[in-house]
Amino acid sequence: MNLATFIGGTHPYDGKELSKDRPVKVVLPKGELVYSMSQHLGAPAKPIVAKGDRVLVGQRIAEASAFISAHICSSVSGTVKSIEPRLLPGGNMCQAIIVENDGLYEAVEGFGEKRDYTKLSKEEIRAIVKDAGIVGMGGAGFPNHVKITPKDDNAIDYVLVNAAECEPYLTSDYRMLLEQPEKLIGGLKILLQLFDKAQGVIGIEDNKMDAIELLTKMTENEPRIKVQALKTKYPQGAERALIYACTGGREVHSAILPADMGCVVDNVDTVISIYNAVAENIPLIRRIVTITGDCVKTPQNFEVRTGTNYAELVEEAGGLIKEPEKIISGGPMMGKALFDINVPVTKTSSAMLFLSHDDVAAMEPTACIRCGRCVNACPSHLVPQIMIEYAERNDIEGFKRVGGMECYECGSCTYVCPAKRRLTQAFAYARAEGRKRK
Amino acid sequence: MNKKLNVSASPHVRSKDSTSSIMRDVVIAMVPTTIVGIANAFMNFGSGVGINSILVILITMAAAIGAEYVYEMITKKPITICDWSAAVTGLILALNMPHTIAPWIPALGAVFAIVIVKMLYGGLGQNFMNPALAGRCFLLISFAGPMTGFIPADSALAAVTGATPLADMKANGVAAMLEHYSMMDMVTGMIPGTIGETSVIALLLGAAYLLYKKVIDWKIPVTYIATVALFSLIFAPAGSDRLMYMLAMVFGGGLIFGAFFMATDYVTSPITPKGQIVFGICLGLLTGIFRIFGGSAEGVSYAIIFCNLLVPLIEKFTMPVPFGLGKEKK
Repeated sequence: MNLATFIGGTHPYDGKELSKDRPVKVVLPKGELVYSMSQHLGAPAKPIVAKGDRVLVGQRIAEASAFISAHICSSVSGTVKSIEPRLLPGGNMCQAIIVENDGLYEAVEGFGEKRDYTKLSKEEIRAIVKDAGIVGMGGAGFPNHVKITPKDDNAIDYVLVNAAECEPYLTSDYRMLLEQPEKLIGGLKILLQLFDKAQGVIGIEDNKMDAIELLTKMTENEPRIKVQALKTKYPQGAERALIYACTGGREVHSAILPADMGCVVDNVDTVISIYNAVAENIPLIRRIVTITGDCVKTPQNFEVRTGTNYAELVEEAGGLIKEPEKIISGGPMMGKALFDINVPVTKTSSAMLFLSHDDVAAMEPTACIRCGRCVNACPSHLVPQIMIEYAERNDIEGFKRVGGMECYECGSCTYVCPAKRRLTQAFAYARAEGRKRK
Repeated sequence: MNKKLNVSASPHVRSKDSTSSIMRDVVIAMVPTTIVGIANAFMNFGSGVGINSILVILITMAAAIGAEYVYEMITKKPITICDWSAAVTGLILALNMPHTIAPWIPALGAVFAIVIVKMLYGGLGQNFMNPALAGRCFLLISFAGPMTGFIPADSALAAVTGATPLADMKANGVAAMLEHYSMMDMVTGMIPGTIGETSVIALLLGAAYLLYKKVIDWKIPVTYIATVALFSLIFAPAGSDRLMYMLAMVFGGGLIFGAFFMATDYVTSPITPKGQIVFGICLGLLTGIFRIFGGSAEGVSYAIIFCNLLVPLIEKFTMPVPFGLGKEKK
């Protein structure tokens, strides 16, 4: 098989066997729902409901406040209890709309009504995607209506579905590939309808052979859709690494967008959400979340309404059988460590990981021995060993000069470092400083 | 949940490799050549020299580790002898000694290597020169006689030739040298030389282990050895068998040991992939020049410590181009 990949990267233990074989379970929220105003990249959304208002499933409760921003819809019916700052999975506090679920799931008019997307115009599709509040659900949360509205539709020659799922432990994309492939293909067809000159490519790592076979078979008679097997290697699912692998070597860097290289990239759950919105008139009110780790009794994936408290999902997974030492929102390579699991599921939260043993916090960094493992692992072809010298000295100009802003904090260098140096942590800080001083 | 949760920055997993596991692998990789080196002494120079070579190895390693420990005690720094790096320095230095040397000489070299070359520049990772080789060159200059006494005067070999294969070849030509030594002797290591450099088979076994464990990369050793081979083919003295001359240059001296175990020292070799190739070529050219046009038959140690000094310059010119910033292709 022709396996595409990128140069660099590493092979962490993938932990996917814990949850990959269990079907996705649909769970309904029990307690209150918390909708953060900042579930996307860009300006926070603005609440358009007030305390005491009754809201319905699919009703817009907050609207985009700028060009790069996104609407937010209620995922249940009930009453707005309050609008106040709440803790998010990212560890930060953010203004949120709190809705008391009445358990009736009364929906707005037209919710769930199927329609023939092939008869819709490009403008109609884009309006639906915007109204549905769809954002990149792989983690970055880039507002999707902006992404699918490039300057020139005809300049887009690739629509890529990111199904690499390279982050260890996560299996939500894999489960959706197996369970809802027709929705994924439908969503991709909708995107291809926007870009007449584009080829659709679904990129899947070769540790998911059954999914590759299934989708290859289902797209046999689709001339505009191709399934591309990818080498299993972290960070294959990083947007730039995926584009490089699927387009035969196009390189996107920090100063340009994928669209500048003729590419539109969306991950699996995003494409399915586009299908739900356009073909079934269901806005983004649910996502797939992996609850896993050696502390969880039954690690598995859930289809869950946005705003649901994570603690409810832990209960659904049978609770914890071991005391966790570390809880991570997202995967172990790029996820954030949490100190509280009473946080809501957002549009971009992909997983929660409960590990009984964390050997990282206790690891003391030692002297760099210049072994060069970081250089070989860096998918951006940087020299972390030199970047860290600038970052640690807080020399942001020097850090930029050696390409520091091209780092996307995938963590590969830190993973491979035998001296256990905290490279990514220093780079994240230096990059944030670098953006401020632009 | 009663226990306090750990909160730290991502990534939350780390590979199993650590500085000490890497250094330990380097020591393990040198075990075969150490054993063959000692056997070589017992078989060709008698048990007295054999026992002396064992003492040289043990005392040099102890001196290196001890020097690091004492230095860190005095300067109140964390004790780092458990990272095995001092052991590596001590062992490499010992393997660079003639079998007959009085053990206190390499012990002094080990102290010089650790204290002057490594610790005074800031310890592990900060030295600009390979400590073991700097120690060896220090001893070569200070104790030229004992450091080149490769053949005991009372051994059988002394009656045939007074020199190592390379010195013999330099003095008498490749044909005369091949009357004293066979190519097979050079491959197995039954020739005079330093304790650890003679056995090509044992060295390649260790190198294969390091390559398999991904401790070292092929770039430096392969480009180094290939450059020496090519250089020898081109500049072999007129009238000699060029192929045999080249093979003797590769197998007959310290090249294999230097290429796989000393030139690949992380701290003193370029970190950039292209730089490693440039480094290997520089090493090969210098070794060829030293050996063929210089006064001495050997040149590996000086080539390596000289090229160590070029590393910052090589790195500067071989920095990889960040992804996406090289070719604007669409």
